[in-house]
Amino acid sequence: MNNSRKQRLQVVLLVIVAGALASGLIIYMLGQNANYFYTPSQIARGEAPGGVFLRAGGMVVEGSLVRDMDSLALEFKVTDGSAVLVVQHTGILPDLFDEGEAAIAAGKIDKNLVLQATEVLAKHDENYMPPEVKESMSEAYINKRKNAAGTQ
Amino acid sequence: MTVELGHIALIFALCLAVIQAIVPMIGSFSGHTNWMRVGHSMAAGQFVFVALSFACLTTAFIQDDFSVAYVANNSNTLLPLQFKISAVWGAHEGSLLLWALILSGWSTAVALCSGKLPLVLSARVLSVLGAISVGFALFLLLTSNPFERILPIPPVEGGDLNPLLQDFGLIVHPPMLYMGYVGFSVPFAFAIAALIGGQFDSAWARWSRPWINVAWVFLTIGISLGSWWAYYELGWGGWWFWDPVENASFMPWLAGTALMHSISATEKRGVFRSWTLLLAILTFSLSLLGTFLVRSGVLTSVHAFASDPERGIFILIFLSIVVGGSLLLFALRGPTMRSATSYSGWSRETMLLINNVFLVSSMAMILIGTLYPLLADVLDMGKISVGPPYFNFFFVPLMSGLMVCLGFAGFTRWKSTEGRFLLRKGLVPSIVSLIMALTLPMVMVEKLSWSTYSLTAVVILLLVFWVVTMSLEDLWLKSRGKLSSLSGLSGSYWGMLIAHIGLAVCALGVGLSTAYDVQKDLRMAPGDSTDLGGYQFQFIDVERVEGPNFIAYRGNVEVRSGDVFVVSLSPEKRSYKSGGQVMTEADIDGQLNRDLYVSLGEPLGDQAWAIRFQVKPFVRCIWLGGLLIGLGGLLAALDKRYRRRRLKKSVNVKSEGLAFE
Repeated sequence: MNNSRKQRLQVVLLVIVAGALASGLIIYMLGQNANYFYTPSQIARGEAPGGVFLRAGGMVVEGSLVRDMDSLALEFKVTDGSAVLVVQHTGILPDLFDEGEAAIAAGKIDKNLVLQATEVLAKHDENYMPPEVKESMSEAYINKRKNAAGTQ
Repeated sequence: MTVELGHIALIFALCLAVIQAIVPMIGSFSGHTNWMRVGHSMAAGQFVFVALSFACLTTAFIQDDFSVAYVANNSNTLLPLQFKISAVWGAHEGSLLLWALILSGWSTAVALCSGKLPLVLSARVLSVLGAISVGFALFLLLTSNPFERILPIPPVEGGDLNPLLQDFGLIVHPPMLYMGYVGFSVPFAFAIAALIGGQFDSAWARWSRPWINVAWVFLTIGISLGSWWAYYELGWGGWWFWDPVENASFMPWLAGTALMHSISATEKRGVFRSWTLLLAILTFSLSLLGTFLVRSGVLTSVHAFASDPERGIFILIFLSIVVGGSLLLFALRGPTMRSATSYSGWSRETMLLINNVFLVSSMAMILIGTLYPLLADVLDMGKISVGPPYFNFFFVPLMSGLMVCLGFAGFTRWKSTEGRFLLRKGLVPSIVSLIMALTLPMVMVEKLSWSTYSLTAVVILLLVFWVVTMSLEDLWLKSRGKLSSLSGLSGSYWGMLIAHIGLAVCALGVGLSTAYDVQKDLRMAPGDSTDLGGYQFQFIDVERVEGPNFIAYRGNVEVRSGDVFVVSLSPEKRSYKSGGQVMTEADIDGQLNRDLYVSLGEPLGDQAWAIRFQVKPFVRCIWLGGLLIGLGGLLAALDKRYRRRRLKKSVNVKSEGLAFE
């Protein structure tokens, strides 16, 4: 093997090793930082892992928003039509957050299946519903219909 | 009538674009000079018709013609005039029309400035630009016609432009961004023309460079404006979210930056030829991808794509023709291009190569992080969002590495540079930077302790001072310490220097505002006060005020530093009349070294409000740096050597031309 070939081989090997390392790292980091979305029903069934950062959402239940009187701590419930999820959060809610509207919260599920949210997101304009919420709502609706048909 | 006129003008523009795409290309092969010249006039004609079409749509907005579906959905009578105009590009259809307008504008500019180009080349460039125009005009007319009427009964009042978009930043931001996106179609067209003709030499590179620079300047300013807009208009003090929409504009910027650097080596030394071509194709492809990602609705939901299959399929076909076609051409023609010369060691070529590795890896990492959730959704792997930690994990080290290398930019020489020479030049700056980086974080905090001594700040200051001192040392050496010789330095050199210092200023803003940012969300009753970052914020009260198309609660917050009154801030909570939307309008007191940022949250009863207080040191440097980077690009584009007489150049073309076959 002459010198220039040797050099070229070294470069190729270096590129392969670097490429493999980079893709390994990217896959690992994507796995670490990909936040999955769960519906209240899934969480109620215990399908969501505890202590893992995730997103959950649905329609905010009317009259469920309760605020602490001395701090910014608050609690509200979201539903996908069949199950209800309690969300606890400390902070300022987004402008378009409202009861009876869609919202998504990001945080971790605790032992009592309550979502300890570090962030609450609401829709960006009055006509928009987060696609995840829309889908879970319609799924829940279909399931309800199925159950109703089954009991008859 | 105006609306129909606009529609017809668009159809005319499409016809001219078809001619512009086909005739000059045929002429360039058959050798008919008349045919080749057709493209130039077609480009100008097309611009006139698209501009007419755009003017008609704007008129429909100004006259509140709600029989036009697009106007009815995005404007109403209460909207102030300037926002009626900016609403034209506030949504999908209109922004595509703006795209087409800018594309025809760039084509016309190429046609007008092509005097010094060989006719064959300029004909092919215009033909490629024409073909892109055809694609966009077809897309507009077939799937996203902004001139569609709601008949027979038009609504009396329109919907609303999202209040977030009712802002000066949003009047300027999209056109700037689009000038950048679309501007990269010119180097793309140059690359395709070069691939078709097989002539890819230094002259080619020199002709493309100013276009790349100008497009890049617009994109830089556009992104900075977008970030600035997010900072003051979204109301909560964030300036970059690694949101897919932001990533969509950042990816072409990174690829374009890589292109700017690699093409300089191609021009001066004839190296990286095929890589430069590939980058030109990549940059424009990413611009297209960005436009479609943001405007097609695929980001809000992959299923929006399916709900409007025509649009989705058109986009996929268009993208695959542009990307696939140009890559195929590249695969056929690219490998035959050999580098004319060699280089070794720590030469400028090597440094530019390293620069490209950093920039392109950042771009690839962002691309993967942005597309992965879409892919996962299509493959039914669950609904995922990729968080900022992923992006920061890769981006911060990559950019730090880039900045370390960037320090050597001015010192390296073409062909070969001795490593020892670079080490010697780097000695003083590295000592100065190290001292500054270690000491400054001690003065920047109120009470010094191990916990307040910020390592982030040390690292960022080290990098920033490194880049700045190295740049200044280079300037000192190049001017031999005499002020009089400063004017002798070229525009390209000044451009490089200012852009590099701009990057350092931007990094300073990012680093220090991250390291020393303090924030408090509090429940405040009138009269309450709080301490934050050396300031006392006192909440006085909230009053009700009326704006042109909104009603607002306006808070009143007084800020003191010790006993000194600093400023009175009045953040607002607005409720818009037509859509009933609520919006937070923060109030900011800005200085170069710190921003005081107060936003009004929600009423909590008993006249108490939730309020967010923030002190953000040096946050302004982020956008100041962005402006400096843009200014640098502009200076480089205005370099005298791009405007030399054509006589000399036409000789150069022959002598530098690379045998292709």
